[in-house]
Amino acid sequence: MISDITLGQFFPGKSPIHRLDPRTKIILATIFIVAVFLASNPATFLLLAITTVVLIGISRISMKVILKSIKPLVFILLFTAILNILMTKGDSAPLLSFWVIEIYTEGVARAVMMALRVIILIVGTSILLTYTTSPISLTDGLESLLSPLKLIRIPVHTFAMMMSIALRFIPTLVEETEKIMNAQKSRGADFTSGSLVKRAKALIPLLVPLFVSSFKRAEELATAMECRCYRGDKNRTKLVKLQYKGIDFVFTFIFALIFGGVICLNIIPYKFDSFGLIYDIIFYKV
Amino acid sequence: MKDYIIRTQNLGFTYDDGDENSSSEIPALSGVDINIERGEYVAILGHNGSGKSTLAKLLNLILTPTVGKIYIDGKDITSDDFTEDDVFEMRSKIGMVFQNPDNQLVATIVEEDVAFGPENLGLPREEIRRRVDSSLELVGMSDYARHAPHKLSGGQKQRVAIAGIIAMKPRVIIFDESTAMLDPQGRHEVVDIMERLNKDEGITVINITHYMEEAARADRVIVINDGKIALDGTPREVFANVDKLRSMGLEAPQGNELILELKHAGLNIKGESLTESECIETLFKFLS
Repeated sequence: MISDITLGQFFPGKSPIHRLDPRTKIILATIFIVAVFLASNPATFLLLAITTVVLIGISRISMKVILKSIKPLVFILLFTAILNILMTKGDSAPLLSFWVIEIYTEGVARAVMMALRVIILIVGTSILLTYTTSPISLTDGLESLLSPLKLIRIPVHTFAMMMSIALRFIPTLVEETEKIMNAQKSRGADFTSGSLVKRAKALIPLLVPLFVSSFKRAEELATAMECRCYRGDKNRTKLVKLQYKGIDFVFTFIFALIFGGVICLNIIPYKFDSFGLIYDIIFYKV
Repeated sequence: MKDYIIRTQNLGFTYDDGDENSSSEIPALSGVDINIERGEYVAILGHNGSGKSTLAKLLNLILTPTVGKIYIDGKDITSDDFTEDDVFEMRSKIGMVFQNPDNQLVATIVEEDVAFGPENLGLPREEIRRRVDSSLELVGMSDYARHAPHKLSGGQKQRVAIAGIIAMKPRVIIFDESTAMLDPQGRHEVVDIMERLNKDEGITVINITHYMEEAARADRVIVINDGKIALDGTPREVFANVDKLRSMGLEAPQGNELILELKHAGLNIKGESLTESECIETLFKFLS
Protein backbone atom coordinates (compact mmCIF):
# COMPACT_ATOMS: atom_id res chain seq x y z
CA MET A 1 0.00 0.00 0.00
CA ILE A 2 1.26 3.47 -0.81
CA SER A 3 -0.34 4.88 2.32
CA ASP A 4 2.29 3.08 4.35
CA ILE A 5 5.07 5.41 3.26
CA THR A 6 6.75 7.14 6.15
CA LEU A 7 7.24 10.83 5.75
CA GLY A 8 10.66 12.28 6.29
CA GLN A 9 11.41 9.05 8.16
CA PHE A 10 10.67 10.45 11.56
CA PHE A 11 10.90 7.91 14.41
CA PRO A 12 9.03 9.19 17.46
CA GLY A 13 10.85 8.74 20.74
CA LYS A 14 11.78 10.31 24.02
CA SER A 15 15.58 10.32 23.84
CA PRO A 16 17.54 13.48 24.78
CA ILE A 17 18.02 14.19 21.08
CA HIS A 18 14.27 13.95 20.48
CA ARG A 19 13.73 16.43 23.28
CA LEU A 20 16.11 19.03 21.89
CA ASP A 21 14.57 22.22 20.55
CA PRO A 22 14.32 21.99 16.73
CA ARG A 23 16.25 25.25 16.45
CA THR A 24 19.11 23.78 18.44
CA LYS A 25 19.11 20.73 16.20
CA ILE A 26 19.22 22.80 13.02
CA ILE A 27 22.13 24.83 14.38
CA LEU A 28 23.97 21.73 15.60
CA ALA A 29 23.47 20.01 12.26
CA THR A 30 24.94 23.05 10.52
CA ILE A 31 27.97 23.05 12.82
CA PHE A 32 28.36 19.33 12.25
CA ILE A 33 28.26 19.69 8.45
CA VAL A 34 30.88 22.45 8.53
CA ALA A 35 33.07 20.33 10.83
CA VAL A 36 32.81 17.33 8.50
CA PHE A 37 33.93 19.39 5.55
CA LEU A 38 36.79 20.96 7.51
CA ALA A 39 38.09 17.59 8.63
CA SER A 40 41.23 16.75 6.76
CA ASN A 41 43.27 14.33 8.85
CA PRO A 42 42.67 10.94 10.48
CA ALA A 43 42.43 12.34 14.00
CA THR A 44 39.57 14.68 13.07
CA PHE A 45 37.76 11.91 11.29
CA LEU A 46 38.15 9.72 14.32
CA LEU A 47 36.66 12.45 16.51
CA LEU A 48 33.71 12.94 14.17
CA ALA A 49 33.15 9.20 13.82
CA ILE A 50 33.06 8.84 17.60
CA THR A 51 30.65 11.77 17.82
CA THR A 52 28.37 10.08 15.29
CA VAL A 53 28.44 6.76 17.10
CA VAL A 54 27.67 8.47 20.41
CA LEU A 55 24.78 10.36 18.77
CA ILE A 56 23.38 7.08 17.43
CA GLY A 57 23.63 5.62 20.93
CA ILE A 58 21.86 8.56 22.60
CA SER A 59 19.09 8.71 20.00
CA ARG A 60 18.29 4.98 20.40
CA ILE A 61 17.65 4.71 16.67
CA SER A 62 18.33 1.10 15.69
CA MET A 63 21.44 0.26 13.66
CA LYS A 64 19.17 -1.45 11.13
CA VAL A 65 17.56 1.86 10.24
CA ILE A 66 20.94 3.54 9.93
CA LEU A 67 22.39 0.83 7.71
CA LYS A 68 19.26 1.07 5.58
CA SER A 69 19.84 4.80 5.13
CA ILE A 70 23.38 4.16 3.88
CA LYS A 71 22.34 1.35 1.55
CA PRO A 72 21.28 3.51 -1.41
CA LEU A 73 24.68 5.23 -1.22
CA VAL A 74 26.76 2.07 -1.46
CA PHE A 75 26.98 2.14 -5.24
CA ILE A 76 28.05 5.78 -5.42
CA LEU A 77 30.50 5.30 -2.56
CA LEU A 78 32.09 2.29 -4.25
CA PHE A 79 32.21 4.04 -7.60
CA THR A 80 33.94 7.16 -6.28
CA ALA A 81 36.22 5.07 -4.11
CA ILE A 82 37.40 2.99 -7.09
CA LEU A 83 37.89 6.11 -9.18
CA ASN A 84 39.89 7.71 -6.38
CA ILE A 85 42.06 4.64 -5.94
CA LEU A 86 42.79 4.30 -9.63
CA MET A 87 43.28 7.97 -10.52
CA THR A 88 45.38 9.26 -7.62
CA LYS A 89 49.12 9.33 -8.20
CA GLY A 90 51.38 9.40 -5.14
CA ASP A 91 55.01 10.40 -4.55
CA SER A 92 56.22 7.13 -3.10
CA ALA A 93 56.40 3.81 -4.83
CA PRO A 94 53.04 2.28 -5.80
CA LEU A 95 51.49 -0.12 -3.34
CA LEU A 96 50.40 -2.43 -6.11
CA SER A 97 51.16 -2.39 -9.76
CA PHE A 98 50.08 -4.63 -12.59
CA TRP A 99 49.50 -3.94 -16.29
CA VAL A 100 48.51 -0.22 -16.54
CA ILE A 101 47.03 -0.07 -13.05
CA GLU A 102 49.09 1.47 -10.26
CA ILE A 103 47.64 1.84 -6.80
CA TYR A 104 49.23 4.30 -4.36
CA THR A 105 48.65 4.64 -0.63
CA GLU A 106 47.46 8.20 -1.23
CA GLY A 107 44.68 6.91 -3.46
CA VAL A 108 43.49 4.40 -0.90
CA ALA A 109 43.58 7.01 1.85
CA ARG A 110 41.65 9.50 -0.22
CA ALA A 111 39.03 6.92 -1.11
CA VAL A 112 38.54 5.90 2.51
CA MET A 113 38.28 9.52 3.66
CA MET A 114 35.75 10.32 0.92
CA ALA A 115 33.57 7.41 1.96
CA LEU A 116 33.88 8.24 5.66
CA ARG A 117 33.05 11.86 5.03
CA VAL A 118 29.84 11.01 3.14
CA ILE A 119 28.74 8.36 5.65
CA ILE A 120 29.39 10.57 8.69
CA LEU A 121 27.61 13.46 6.99
CA ILE A 122 24.49 11.48 6.12
CA VAL A 123 24.22 9.53 9.37
CA GLY A 124 25.02 12.51 11.60
CA THR A 125 22.51 14.89 10.03
CA SER A 126 19.80 12.20 9.83
CA ILE A 127 20.19 11.45 13.53
CA LEU A 128 20.11 15.13 14.44
CA LEU A 129 17.31 16.17 12.11
CA THR A 130 15.12 13.82 10.11
CA TYR A 131 15.03 10.76 12.38
CA THR A 132 14.40 12.58 15.62
CA THR A 133 12.45 15.70 14.59
CA SER A 134 8.88 15.64 13.31
CA PRO A 135 8.49 17.56 10.04
CA ILE A 136 6.15 20.00 11.72
CA SER A 137 8.54 20.96 14.50
CA LEU A 138 11.30 21.23 11.90
CA THR A 139 9.09 23.76 10.12
CA ASP A 140 8.47 25.63 13.37
CA GLY A 141 12.19 25.68 14.07
CA LEU A 142 12.98 27.04 10.62
CA GLU A 143 10.31 29.71 10.94
CA SER A 144 11.69 30.84 14.26
CA LEU A 145 15.33 30.79 13.11
CA LEU A 146 14.54 32.68 9.91
CA SER A 147 12.24 35.23 11.55
CA PRO A 148 14.91 37.99 11.45
CA LEU A 149 14.40 37.89 7.67
CA LYS A 150 10.97 39.42 8.26
CA LEU A 151 12.79 42.71 8.73
CA ILE A 152 13.72 42.70 5.07
CA ARG A 153 10.15 41.74 4.18
CA ILE A 154 10.63 38.11 3.42
CA PRO A 155 7.32 36.38 4.28
CA VAL A 156 8.84 33.72 6.53
CA HIS A 157 5.54 32.92 8.24
CA THR A 158 3.79 32.35 4.90
CA PHE A 159 6.48 29.94 3.74
CA ALA A 160 6.34 28.03 7.00
CA MET A 161 2.54 27.83 6.77
CA MET A 162 2.84 26.59 3.18
CA MET A 163 5.25 23.91 4.25
CA SER A 164 3.12 22.71 7.15
CA ILE A 165 -0.03 22.60 5.01
CA ALA A 166 1.86 20.62 2.38
CA LEU A 167 2.91 18.16 5.07
CA ARG A 168 -0.63 17.99 6.40
CA PHE A 169 -2.06 17.17 2.96
CA ILE A 170 0.41 14.57 1.77
CA PRO A 171 -1.42 11.63 3.39
CA THR A 172 -4.75 12.99 2.18
CA LEU A 173 -3.49 13.25 -1.39
CA VAL A 174 -1.87 9.82 -1.25
CA GLU A 175 -5.20 8.39 -0.18
CA GLU A 176 -6.92 10.20 -3.00
CA THR A 177 -4.38 9.01 -5.56
CA GLU A 178 -5.05 5.46 -4.47
CA LYS A 179 -8.79 5.99 -4.84
CA ILE A 180 -8.50 7.46 -8.34
CA MET A 181 -6.04 4.74 -9.35
CA ASN A 182 -8.44 2.05 -8.23
CA ALA A 183 -11.30 3.77 -10.04
CA GLN A 184 -9.27 3.88 -13.26
CA LYS A 185 -8.06 0.31 -12.82
CA SER A 186 -11.60 -0.93 -12.38
CA ARG A 187 -12.34 0.54 -15.78
CA GLY A 188 -9.42 -1.23 -17.38
CA ALA A 189 -6.59 1.29 -16.99
CA ASP A 190 -3.15 -0.30 -16.90
CA PHE A 191 -0.42 1.50 -14.95
CA THR A 192 2.14 -1.26 -14.76
CA SER A 193 2.82 -2.70 -18.19
CA GLY A 194 3.93 -1.40 -21.55
CA SER A 195 6.76 0.89 -22.58
CA LEU A 196 7.86 3.85 -20.49
CA VAL A 197 6.00 6.25 -22.80
CA LYS A 198 2.87 4.15 -22.54
CA ARG A 199 3.05 4.08 -18.78
CA ALA A 200 3.65 7.81 -18.59
CA LYS A 201 0.59 8.34 -20.78
CA ALA A 202 -1.45 6.09 -18.49
CA LEU A 203 -0.72 8.52 -15.66
CA ILE A 204 -2.52 11.42 -17.36
CA PRO A 205 -6.03 10.22 -16.40
CA LEU A 206 -4.67 9.93 -12.87
CA LEU A 207 -3.01 13.33 -12.67
CA VAL A 208 -5.82 15.39 -14.16
CA PRO A 209 -8.45 14.53 -11.54
CA LEU A 210 -5.81 14.79 -8.83
CA PHE A 211 -4.93 18.31 -9.91
CA VAL A 212 -8.55 19.37 -10.21
CA SER A 213 -9.37 18.13 -6.74
CA SER A 214 -6.24 19.70 -5.27
CA PHE A 215 -7.34 23.10 -6.55
CA LYS A 216 -10.78 22.53 -5.11
CA ARG A 217 -9.28 21.50 -1.78
CA ALA A 218 -7.02 24.56 -1.77
CA GLU A 219 -9.99 26.86 -2.27
CA GLU A 220 -12.06 25.19 0.43
CA LEU A 221 -9.17 25.21 2.86
CA ALA A 222 -8.53 28.90 2.21
CA THR A 223 -12.19 29.68 2.91
CA ALA A 224 -12.15 27.59 6.08
CA MET A 225 -8.97 29.31 7.26
CA GLU A 226 -10.46 32.72 6.60
CA CYS A 227 -13.54 31.73 8.57
CA ARG A 228 -11.25 30.85 11.44
CA CYS A 229 -9.93 34.41 11.36
CA TYR A 230 -6.61 33.62 9.74
CA ARG A 231 -4.80 36.72 8.49
CA GLY A 232 -1.18 35.75 8.36
CA ASP A 233 0.99 36.24 11.41
CA LYS A 234 -0.61 39.56 12.26
CA ASN A 235 -1.12 39.57 16.02
CA ARG A 236 -0.95 35.77 16.11
CA THR A 237 -0.04 33.77 19.19
CA LYS A 238 0.97 30.13 19.43
CA LEU A 239 -0.19 27.23 21.56
CA VAL A 240 3.22 25.63 21.65
CA LYS A 241 6.08 28.03 21.99
CA LEU A 242 9.60 26.87 21.27
CA GLN A 243 11.71 27.20 24.37
CA TYR A 244 15.39 26.50 24.94
CA LYS A 245 15.95 24.21 27.91
CA GLY A 246 19.03 23.18 29.84
CA ILE A 247 19.62 20.21 27.58
CA ASP A 248 19.87 22.53 24.56
CA PHE A 249 22.70 24.47 26.20
CA VAL A 250 24.48 21.26 27.19
CA PHE A 251 24.40 19.93 23.62
CA THR A 252 25.41 23.27 22.13
CA PHE A 253 28.38 23.42 24.53
CA ILE A 254 29.47 19.88 23.65
CA PHE A 255 29.20 20.60 19.93
CA ALA A 256 31.23 23.78 20.36
CA LEU A 257 33.95 21.71 22.03
CA ILE A 258 33.85 19.14 19.22
CA PHE A 259 34.04 21.90 16.62
CA GLY A 260 37.00 23.43 18.45
CA GLY A 261 38.57 19.99 18.62
CA VAL A 262 38.17 19.50 14.86
CA ILE A 263 39.89 22.82 14.16
CA CYS A 264 42.76 22.11 16.59
CA LEU A 265 43.31 18.58 15.30
CA ASN A 266 43.34 19.89 11.74
CA ILE A 267 46.19 22.24 12.59
CA ILE A 268 48.37 19.52 14.17
CA PRO A 269 50.53 18.19 11.39
CA TYR A 270 49.98 14.55 10.86
CA LYS A 271 53.03 12.30 11.09
CA PHE A 272 53.02 9.63 8.45
CA ASP A 273 54.39 6.72 10.45
CA SER A 274 53.14 7.42 13.94
CA PHE A 275 50.50 4.67 14.09
CA GLY A 276 51.92 1.99 11.90
CA LEU A 277 51.31 0.92 8.37
CA ILE A 278 47.66 -0.23 8.45
CA TYR A 279 46.60 2.99 10.08
CA ASP A 280 48.51 4.88 7.44
CA ILE A 281 46.72 3.10 4.66
CA ILE A 282 43.35 3.88 6.14
CA PHE A 283 43.97 7.44 7.31
CA TYR A 284 46.74 8.81 5.14
CA LYS A 285 46.53 12.54 4.89
CA VAL A 286 45.50 13.61 1.41
CA MET B 1 -38.29 44.12 20.32
CA LYS B 2 -36.75 40.70 19.94
CA ASP B 3 -33.04 40.07 20.27
CA TYR B 4 -31.98 39.13 16.75
CA ILE B 5 -28.43 37.93 16.23
CA ILE B 6 -28.86 37.64 12.47
CA ARG B 7 -31.18 39.76 10.41
CA THR B 8 -31.30 40.06 6.65
CA GLN B 9 -33.31 42.49 4.57
CA ASN B 10 -34.20 41.82 0.95
CA LEU B 11 -30.97 39.86 0.58
CA GLY B 12 -30.02 38.87 -2.95
CA PHE B 13 -27.01 37.38 -4.66
CA THR B 14 -26.17 36.66 -8.28
CA TYR B 15 -23.09 34.68 -9.25
CA ASP B 16 -20.95 36.53 -11.75
CA ASP B 17 -20.26 34.01 -14.47
CA GLY B 18 -18.26 36.49 -16.50
CA ASP B 19 -21.01 36.76 -19.10
CA GLU B 20 -21.66 40.29 -20.35
CA ASN B 21 -25.41 40.16 -20.96
CA SER B 22 -26.33 39.78 -17.32
CA SER B 23 -30.05 39.76 -18.09
CA SER B 24 -29.86 36.01 -18.60
CA GLU B 25 -28.44 35.39 -15.14
CA ILE B 26 -30.66 33.82 -12.54
CA PRO B 27 -30.04 35.05 -9.01
CA ALA B 28 -28.94 32.37 -6.56
CA LEU B 29 -30.84 34.20 -3.85
CA SER B 30 -33.40 36.98 -3.97
CA GLY B 31 -35.56 38.89 -1.52
CA VAL B 32 -34.51 36.86 1.49
CA ASP B 33 -35.67 38.22 4.85
CA ILE B 34 -34.55 36.08 7.75
CA ASN B 35 -34.55 36.95 11.42
CA ILE B 36 -32.74 34.59 13.72
CA GLU B 37 -32.95 35.08 17.44
CA ARG B 38 -30.09 34.61 19.86
CA GLY B 39 -29.98 31.01 21.04
CA GLU B 40 -32.23 29.59 18.33
CA TYR B 41 -31.66 26.22 16.69
CA VAL B 42 -32.57 26.62 13.05
CA ALA B 43 -32.38 24.17 10.18
CA ILE B 44 -32.22 25.47 6.64
CA LEU B 45 -33.53 22.97 4.11
CA GLY B 46 -33.34 22.91 0.37
CA HIS B 47 -32.38 20.62 -2.47
CA ASN B 48 -29.13 21.01 -4.40
CA GLY B 49 -28.80 24.40 -6.03
CA SER B 50 -31.59 25.96 -3.98
CA GLY B 51 -29.25 28.67 -2.71
CA LYS B 52 -28.89 27.47 0.87
CA SER B 53 -25.11 27.30 0.79
CA THR B 54 -24.94 30.72 -0.84
CA LEU B 55 -26.90 32.05 2.11
CA ALA B 56 -24.35 30.61 4.54
CA LYS B 57 -21.46 32.15 2.63
CA LEU B 58 -23.18 35.55 2.63
CA LEU B 59 -23.72 35.51 6.40
CA ASN B 60 -19.97 35.19 6.88
CA LEU B 61 -19.03 37.67 4.15
CA ILE B 62 -17.19 35.04 2.13
CA LEU B 63 -19.49 36.33 -0.58
CA THR B 64 -20.66 39.95 -0.69
CA PRO B 65 -24.39 40.33 -1.33
CA THR B 66 -25.44 41.86 -4.64
CA VAL B 67 -28.42 43.56 -3.01
CA GLY B 68 -29.85 43.84 0.47
CA LYS B 69 -28.56 44.17 4.00
CA ILE B 70 -27.24 41.79 6.63
CA TYR B 71 -27.12 42.73 10.30
CA ILE B 72 -25.05 40.60 12.66
CA ASP B 73 -25.52 41.42 16.32
CA GLY B 74 -27.08 44.70 15.25
CA LYS B 75 -24.15 45.74 13.05
CA ASP B 76 -24.61 46.26 9.33
CA ILE B 77 -21.90 44.07 7.82
CA THR B 78 -22.78 45.11 4.28
CA SER B 79 -22.12 48.82 4.78
CA ASP B 80 -19.18 50.44 3.05
CA ASP B 81 -17.40 51.50 6.22
CA PHE B 82 -17.18 47.94 7.47
CA THR B 83 -13.40 47.57 7.67
CA GLU B 84 -11.19 44.52 7.50
CA ASP B 85 -10.82 44.55 11.28
CA ASP B 86 -14.61 44.54 11.57
CA VAL B 87 -14.75 41.48 9.31
CA PHE B 88 -12.17 39.82 11.55
CA GLU B 89 -14.26 40.55 14.62
CA MET B 90 -17.48 39.45 12.94
CA ARG B 91 -15.94 36.15 11.86
CA SER B 92 -14.86 35.45 15.41
CA LYS B 93 -18.55 35.64 16.33
CA ILE B 94 -19.84 33.43 13.54
CA GLY B 95 -18.15 30.07 13.22
CA MET B 96 -18.63 27.88 10.22
CA VAL B 97 -18.25 24.14 9.79
CA PHE B 98 -18.04 22.91 6.21
CA GLN B 99 -18.90 19.76 4.34
CA ASN B 100 -15.55 18.09 3.82
CA PRO B 101 -13.71 17.64 7.11
CA ASP B 102 -10.41 17.00 5.32
CA ASN B 103 -10.41 20.42 3.76
CA GLN B 104 -10.88 22.29 7.04
CA LEU B 105 -8.11 20.80 9.11
CA VAL B 106 -4.90 22.79 8.95
CA ALA B 107 -2.47 21.16 11.34
CA THR B 108 -0.93 17.70 11.56
CA ILE B 109 -1.89 17.21 15.20
CA VAL B 110 -5.45 17.38 16.48
CA GLU B 111 -4.87 19.79 19.37
CA GLU B 112 -2.79 22.12 17.20
CA ASP B 113 -5.61 22.25 14.71
CA VAL B 114 -8.12 23.14 17.41
CA ALA B 115 -5.70 25.85 18.55
CA PHE B 116 -5.54 27.39 15.07
CA GLY B 117 -8.56 29.69 15.55
CA PRO B 118 -7.64 30.95 19.04
CA GLU B 119 -4.07 31.49 17.83
CA ASN B 120 -5.39 33.71 15.06
CA LEU B 121 -7.37 35.68 17.64
CA GLY B 122 -4.09 36.41 19.41
CA LEU B 123 -5.11 34.94 22.76
CA PRO B 124 -2.53 34.28 25.48
CA ARG B 125 -1.08 30.76 25.59
CA GLU B 126 -2.78 29.62 28.81
CA GLU B 127 -6.17 30.72 27.49
CA ILE B 128 -5.60 28.82 24.21
CA ARG B 129 -4.63 25.71 26.19
CA ARG B 130 -7.80 25.97 28.31
CA ARG B 131 -10.03 26.45 25.28
CA VAL B 132 -8.41 23.59 23.33
CA ASP B 133 -8.88 21.18 26.23
CA SER B 134 -12.48 22.17 26.96
CA SER B 135 -13.46 22.16 23.26
CA LEU B 136 -12.02 18.70 22.69
CA GLU B 137 -13.80 17.51 25.79
CA LEU B 138 -17.09 18.94 24.56
CA VAL B 139 -16.92 16.97 21.31
CA GLY B 140 -15.58 13.87 23.07
CA MET B 141 -12.20 13.85 21.33
CA SER B 142 -9.91 14.49 24.32
CA ASP B 143 -8.31 11.07 23.94
CA TYR B 144 -7.20 11.95 20.43
CA ALA B 145 -5.54 15.28 21.24
CA ARG B 146 -2.09 14.14 20.12
CA HIS B 147 -3.25 12.10 17.12
CA ALA B 148 -2.77 12.88 13.45
CA PRO B 149 -6.09 13.95 11.88
CA HIS B 150 -5.68 11.83 8.74
CA LYS B 151 -5.89 8.67 10.81
CA LEU B 152 -9.34 9.54 12.23
CA SER B 153 -12.72 8.54 10.80
CA GLY B 154 -14.88 11.07 8.93
CA GLY B 155 -17.11 11.68 11.94
CA GLN B 156 -14.13 12.12 14.24
CA LYS B 157 -12.48 14.57 11.84
CA GLN B 158 -15.68 16.58 11.67
CA ARG B 159 -15.83 16.64 15.49
CA VAL B 160 -12.27 17.98 15.54
CA ALA B 161 -13.30 20.65 13.02
CA ILE B 162 -16.23 21.57 15.28
CA ALA B 163 -13.91 21.75 18.31
CA GLY B 164 -11.74 24.14 16.30
CA ILE B 165 -14.75 26.42 15.89
CA ILE B 166 -15.98 26.08 19.49
CA ALA B 167 -12.53 27.09 20.72
CA MET B 168 -13.10 30.53 19.18
CA LYS B 169 -16.20 30.93 21.37
CA PRO B 170 -18.54 32.11 18.61
CA ARG B 171 -22.12 33.22 19.25
CA VAL B 172 -23.37 31.44 16.15
CA ILE B 173 -22.19 28.28 14.44
CA ILE B 174 -23.30 27.60 10.90
CA PHE B 175 -23.07 23.98 9.79
CA ASP B 176 -22.91 24.05 6.00
CA GLU B 177 -23.93 20.51 5.05
CA SER B 178 -21.50 19.27 7.66
CA THR B 179 -23.06 15.82 7.77
CA ALA B 180 -23.35 15.23 4.02
CA MET B 181 -20.10 13.30 3.68
CA LEU B 182 -20.41 11.27 6.86
CA ASP B 183 -21.69 7.76 7.50
CA PRO B 184 -24.87 7.40 9.61
CA GLN B 185 -22.82 6.93 12.78
CA GLY B 186 -20.76 10.08 12.16
CA ARG B 187 -23.87 12.03 11.22
CA HIS B 188 -25.53 11.03 14.45
CA GLU B 189 -22.52 12.17 16.50
CA VAL B 190 -22.39 15.55 14.78
CA VAL B 191 -26.11 16.24 15.16
CA ASP B 192 -25.88 15.33 18.85
CA ILE B 193 -23.09 17.87 19.27
CA MET B 194 -25.17 20.54 17.52
CA GLU B 195 -27.98 19.97 19.98
CA ARG B 196 -25.64 20.05 22.96
CA LEU B 197 -24.04 23.27 21.79
CA ASN B 198 -27.44 24.86 21.48
CA LYS B 199 -29.02 23.60 24.71
CA ASP B 200 -26.00 23.59 27.06
CA GLU B 201 -23.76 26.32 25.69
CA GLY B 202 -26.47 28.64 24.42
CA ILE B 203 -24.86 28.95 21.00
CA THR B 204 -27.15 29.82 18.10
CA VAL B 205 -26.99 26.88 15.71
CA ILE B 206 -27.86 27.02 12.03
CA ASN B 207 -27.81 23.64 10.34
CA ILE B 208 -27.92 23.77 6.56
CA THR B 209 -28.86 20.33 5.35
CA HIS B 210 -30.89 18.23 3.00
CA TYR B 211 -31.66 15.51 5.52
CA MET B 212 -35.24 15.82 6.78
CA GLU B 213 -34.55 13.81 9.92
CA GLU B 214 -31.90 16.33 10.97
CA ALA B 215 -34.11 19.30 10.22
CA ALA B 216 -36.93 17.75 12.27
CA ARG B 217 -34.73 17.96 15.37
CA ALA B 218 -34.33 21.74 15.14
CA ASP B 219 -36.60 24.30 16.81
CA ARG B 220 -37.33 25.98 13.53
CA VAL B 221 -37.12 25.00 9.88
CA ILE B 222 -36.64 27.36 6.97
CA VAL B 223 -37.11 25.88 3.50
CA ILE B 224 -35.36 27.59 0.61
CA ASN B 225 -36.37 26.91 -2.95
CA ASP B 226 -35.06 28.63 -6.10
CA GLY B 227 -33.32 31.28 -4.02
CA LYS B 228 -36.41 32.28 -2.06
CA ILE B 229 -37.82 31.38 1.31
CA ALA B 230 -40.62 28.89 0.68
CA LEU B 231 -41.57 27.81 4.19
CA ASP B 232 -40.64 29.00 7.66
CA GLY B 233 -41.89 27.62 10.95
CA THR B 234 -41.61 24.86 13.50
CA PRO B 235 -40.81 21.42 12.10
CA ARG B 236 -44.44 20.38 12.68
CA GLU B 237 -45.79 23.31 10.71
CA VAL B 238 -43.31 22.90 7.88
CA PHE B 239 -43.54 19.15 7.48
CA ALA B 240 -47.33 19.27 7.42
CA ASN B 241 -46.98 20.68 3.89
CA VAL B 242 -46.04 17.35 2.39
CA ASP B 243 -47.32 18.17 -1.10
CA LYS B 244 -45.57 21.52 -1.23
CA LEU B 245 -42.31 19.95 -0.06
CA ARG B 246 -42.63 17.30 -2.73
CA SER B 247 -43.09 19.87 -5.46
CA MET B 248 -39.77 21.40 -4.35
CA GLY B 249 -37.98 18.09 -4.65
CA LEU B 250 -37.95 17.50 -0.90
CA GLU B 251 -39.60 14.81 1.13
CA ALA B 252 -41.12 15.00 4.58
CA PRO B 253 -39.65 12.65 7.19
CA GLN B 254 -40.63 9.06 6.48
CA GLY B 255 -43.01 8.81 9.45
CA ASN B 256 -44.94 11.85 8.28
CA GLU B 257 -45.08 10.44 4.80
CA LEU B 258 -46.34 7.07 5.99
CA ILE B 259 -49.13 8.51 8.11
CA LEU B 260 -50.15 10.81 5.28
CA GLU B 261 -50.33 7.93 2.81
CA LEU B 262 -52.44 5.98 5.27
CA LYS B 263 -54.76 8.96 5.64
CA HIS B 264 -55.00 9.21 1.88
CA ALA B 265 -55.95 5.56 1.84
CA GLY B 266 -58.93 6.43 3.98
CA LEU B 267 -57.76 5.47 7.46
CA ASN B 268 -58.74 7.71 10.33
CA ILE B 269 -55.36 8.20 12.04
CA LYS B 270 -54.74 11.05 14.44
CA GLY B 271 -51.56 12.10 16.21
CA GLU B 272 -48.04 13.37 15.67
CA SER B 273 -45.58 11.58 13.42
CA LEU B 274 -42.57 13.84 13.13
CA THR B 275 -40.03 11.51 14.64
CA GLU B 276 -39.78 7.77 14.35
CA SER B 277 -40.93 7.16 17.93
CA GLU B 278 -43.93 9.49 17.53
CA CYS B 279 -44.89 7.65 14.37
CA ILE B 280 -44.67 4.28 16.08
CA GLU B 281 -46.75 5.55 18.98
CA THR B 282 -49.41 6.94 16.66
CA LEU B 283 -49.63 3.69 14.74
CA PHE B 284 -49.72 1.73 17.97
CA LYS B 285 -52.60 3.84 19.30
CA PHE B 286 -54.47 3.46 16.05
CA LEU B 287 -54.11 -0.29 16.02
CA SER B 288 -55.11 -0.89 19.63
